Amino acid sequence: MIPSNFEYHAPTSIEAALDLINQYGDDCKILSGGHSLIPVLKLRLAAPAAVIDIGRIPGLSSISLDRDRLRIGALATHASIAASDMLGQLCPLLATTAHQIGDPQVRNRGTLGGSLVHADPAADWPAAILALDASITVRGSAGERHIAANDFFVDMLTSAVQQGEIVTEISVAVPAQPRASSYIKVAQSASGFAVVGVAVQLEIDNGVCVGARIGVTGFAPKPYRASSTENALKGNPITEDLISSAAALADSEAADAMNDIHASGEYRRHLTRVIAARALRAAARV
Amino acid sequence: MSSNGKNEKYVGRPVKRTEDPRLIQGLGHYVDDIRLAGELYVAFLRSPYAHARINSINTDAARNASGVVAIFTGSDIEGRVGNVPTAAALEGLKVPKYPVLALGKVFFVGQPVAAVVATSRYAARDAVDHIEVDFEPLDVVVDAEAAAQGGPVIHHDFGDNIAYVHRAGIGDVDAAFASADKIVAQKMHHQRLAPISLEPRGVLASFLPGEQQLTLWTSTQIPHLLRTQVAIMIGLPENKVRVIAPEVGGGFGSKLNVYAEEALLSFISMQLHKPVKWIETRRENMSATIHGRAQSGVAELALKNDGTILGLRYTVTADLGAYHQLLTPAIPTLTGLMLSGCYKIPAISMVCTGVFTNKMATDAYRGAGRPEATYVVERLMDIAAQELGIDPVELRRKNFPTPDEFPFATATGLFYDSGNYQAALDRALAMVDYDKLREIQKSDTAAGRLVGIGVSTYVEICALGPSAAMPAGGWESATVRIEPTGKVTVMTGASPHGQGQETSFAQITADMLGVDLNDVYVIHGDTGIVQYGIGTFGSRATAVGGTAVVYATEKLISKATKIAAHLLTTDEENVTFENGVFSGAPDDKQVTIQQVALAAHLASNLPPDTEPGLSATYFFEPKNFTFPFGAHICIVEVDRDTGDIRIKRYVAVDDCGKVINPLLVEGQVHGGIAQGLGQALFEEVVYDENGQLITGTLMDYAVPKAHQLPRYELDRTETPTDVNPLGVKGVGEAGTIGSTPAIVNAVIDALRPFGVKHIDMPLRPEKIWRVISNQ
Ligand SMILES: Cc1cc2nc3c(=O)[nH]c(=O)nc-3n(C[C@H](O)[C@H](O)[C@H](O)COP(=O)(O)OP(=O)(O)OC[C@H]3O[C@@H](n4cnc5c(N)ncnc54)[C@H](O)[C@@H]3O)c2cc1C
Repeated sequence: MIPSNFEYHAPTSIEAALDLINQYGDDCKILSGGHSLIPVLKLRLAAPAAVIDIGRIPGLSSISLDRDRLRIGALATHASIAASDMLGQLCPLLATTAHQIGDPQVRNRGTLGGSLVHADPAADWPAAILALDASITVRGSAGERHIAANDFFVDMLTSAVQQGEIVTEISVAVPAQPRASSYIKVAQSASGFAVVGVAVQLEIDNGVCVGARIGVTGFAPKPYRASSTENALKGNPITEDLISSAAALADSEAADAMNDIHASGEYRRHLTRVIAARALRAAARV
Repeated sequence: MSSNGKNEKYVGRPVKRTEDPRLIQGLGHYVDDIRLAGELYVAFLRSPYAHARINSINTDAARNASGVVAIFTGSDIEGRVGNVPTAAALEGLKVPKYPVLALGKVFFVGQPVAAVVATSRYAARDAVDHIEVDFEPLDVVVDAEAAAQGGPVIHHDFGDNIAYVHRAGIGDVDAAFASADKIVAQKMHHQRLAPISLEPRGVLASFLPGEQQLTLWTSTQIPHLLRTQVAIMIGLPENKVRVIAPEVGGGFGSKLNVYAEEALLSFISMQLHKPVKWIETRRENMSATIHGRAQSGVAELALKNDGTILGLRYTVTADLGAYHQLLTPAIPTLTGLMLSGCYKIPAISMVCTGVFTNKMATDAYRGAGRPEATYVVERLMDIAAQELGIDPVELRRKNFPTPDEFPFATATGLFYDSGNYQAALDRALAMVDYDKLREIQKSDTAAGRLVGIGVSTYVEICALGPSAAMPAGGWESATVRIEPTGKVTVMTGASPHGQGQETSFAQITADMLGVDLNDVYVIHGDTGIVQYGIGTFGSRATAVGGTAVVYATEKLISKATKIAAHLLTTDEENVTFENGVFSGAPDDKQVTIQQVALAAHLASNLPPDTEPGLSATYFFEPKNFTFPFGAHICIVEVDRDTGDIRIKRYVAVDDCGKVINPLLVEGQVHGGIAQGLGQALFEEVVYDENGQLITGTLMDYAVPKAHQLPRYELDRTETPTDVNPLGVKGVGEAGTIGSTPAIVNAVIDALRPFGVKHIDMPLRPEKIWRVISNQ
């Protein structure tokens, strides 16, 4: 629980941060809320030569509306997202998800950007980010690029962000029907992380499902879109029967399930279907 | 109150804890808050293997690392520091030598192998990574029941892994079972638990070479017993060792022990002539602080068709871990003592096999052997009720001793002091409206909902205990002193670490002396100040230590009365003492206790042959244990699709005798239920087949959190005891003991439509789902 020695830098601009990152190469870590990185350092699972705290860079934690897109700074904390009235109205899925992360201390420190880059297979954010088809903005010395949520999660604890890059912003299109959404999770009893979590964003026209995006976290080594379920829903009248049969497909995209002392793969697979059905019912209000 | 009986200004009232203002402001001093000039820090290299031979240890690189002052290994200190002691004396007990640093072999993950001393915590920890140890892994023994049958032997000299076989109980059990109409039997597992005090262990040792004196600050529940043991281990005269337990952030039994680190840091300070500190990390705490429970056995109950119990049999294996800590082998013997529960059982037998495994030692954890007994009995009662078609409440009621049958002799050799089990149960049933509840349950069941009602009626053994039944004395001590200014100092040999006796002992003394509560200051936990004492464990501090306070105060009042009579120029018989004032003088003159105290110190006008000063010490030896009891009722609903358990209501009626401070009692019950619920639903120390600790952090070991706990509906009945003049019984462990079976009984009751008889704890949702879905 005592980390090894590291240099600490707190640059005040993205450019200065990128310079430092280039200088240290592979041997540095970016620090945001520290609620994943600090435990990793304390357990000596990583021992970087330097920690670069981007928390002093101005402008990285704002939440704003830019025409039809919501732009959320990478440093926005879970708590600030949960408390945002604008998000509560225009994209309640984000606020609902933020509410269900950890405890007040974790929500006050942890950030959206940090959580996404850490790519913990049991984290909550990935489900919502997939269900909202978010775009993640990344800055490197070569400039800026945008990564689609679908391409963002590469593997367990691995995202598409390269060493030397900083996530600056996450943006989502304002959903056509903000309230047709939900996030339901089964929390692991010790850590509170998701054993399974399902986020749903729907579009329903006259009782017919015209749009469905479903993100699943916790079940597999990487979060995924439950496309089979989405396809089964789209174009059909939303009924209890449809939800049941569609939710039963929610585990089909993942071949391998996570398996630990808290839940076997078999149980997680079962939970994924049950929770998908519940999340769909909540979003569709049937 | 025996002495004056008139003044109950504080006793019985919800006086706020005088400890809290400093604690909630972060102004308390725990071991880590004590800083000595020039202190050095210790970090341990601990075994990464559950069982291995140490072929070599190379410390050269570590010695040269920056900030490193010294490194000690087992062979460096061999013969210079005594082994970790055990106080348990059982017939035929095998006791392996337990060196403070491993010698030749390691026997569990987390065992200390080398200690690095450096100028900072960071330097010490960094240097640990530079020590090279050549470990040769050996066969690992993880499963206690398998280890009892044969296979690799942990401690070779013993020939097998069986540390002892303990038999308990009285009566002809075989005859009872032979004549029974009905026998129910169930294999049950009490999983290993980690005590998880908020403050982990911590040690600061400072040796003064000139004075040849050692001061040891350590987070302990037993400062005096520890002083004796550490003095022996390091070869210092006991009166040259001062142990201080400063603020202690919880123990739950885990600090009722003598740990390798306590002796080793003392020794290191003596070697280096410097203060040395070690603060346990949470990972160390999970792997190298004692665990609790870890029993597995078959329990059987013999009954008549009408529900009358004839006999009980429990054949159990106790997973002791690799070594004996202070009380390791003794804990299951407490299970044997409590197997009668709160029922009349004419014949009882327990056979317990204590088995060595390659894990951390088990020892006392809140309840210490009694939760296991209560769980066994209360699960059997529910199983029997179901199989006989009798309501579980009726079956319990039928077998209770009536209040006039106390003192009640059990077939485990105990005499329960007092009890009214019917009253506590009736109160709890009334609080939930039991009959109506069963009706509602029927309609819920018909509607496909899985609602369960669980009852547990328990009795526990507290106020440990008469010295004849204890490994190292069961009395407790107190000194009460009135200073020249009239301020009252109480020194207790008990060692409160969260229970709040700074408040409750002040309440007792203030009432007896008729002084303001704020004028009483309670000192504990410092062997340099406080007379020898036993410490805090086994729900004993108030019943035994509080009684010592009462008797010491009585002694002091009797001396003060003598002086008062002299000052009032009358005879002692004429003097009365009320509200802090002595009266009875012919001229109606009065003197206050404060005036008497001043006179006692000025000593110029005392009766002849009177010692100056006003101080009294009392060592109280209890003549029996006390037996608090209660009834817990839990109502749960199980989610059919996920197996998730929701607690809808939790009602507890506890009877701990007379209550000194209801706030403290409630606090103990709340925390107790939380930990009992933790065992029922969440907690489990898991080692894999290689003896690696899987639950090494709080991300995997599920301590219950506030949002996982129900609202508690609490009430009390009050059946006093005559074991002590306060009439108090003890409440530190009651919640933990009563709650676990109530919750498990409720869940099994909810699963009745599936024909379930038993599920082992913790009741993880997946286990429930498997039962429901028949997987
Ligand atoms: C007790 C506890 C309970 C928790 N419970 C939950 C829970 O229920 N659900 C849940 O989802 N999470 C939970 N978390 C995790 C929490 O949400 C973390 O805050 C989050 O995972 C990481 O965010 P952070 O800002 O703290 O990132 P950091 O810890 O600062 O960083 C995490 C990783 O991302 C990198 N990084 C950070 N920011 C950037 C950036 N802008 N660009 C590039 N790389 C970056 C870092 O280098 C590091 O590798 C819990 C954590 C704790 C300690």
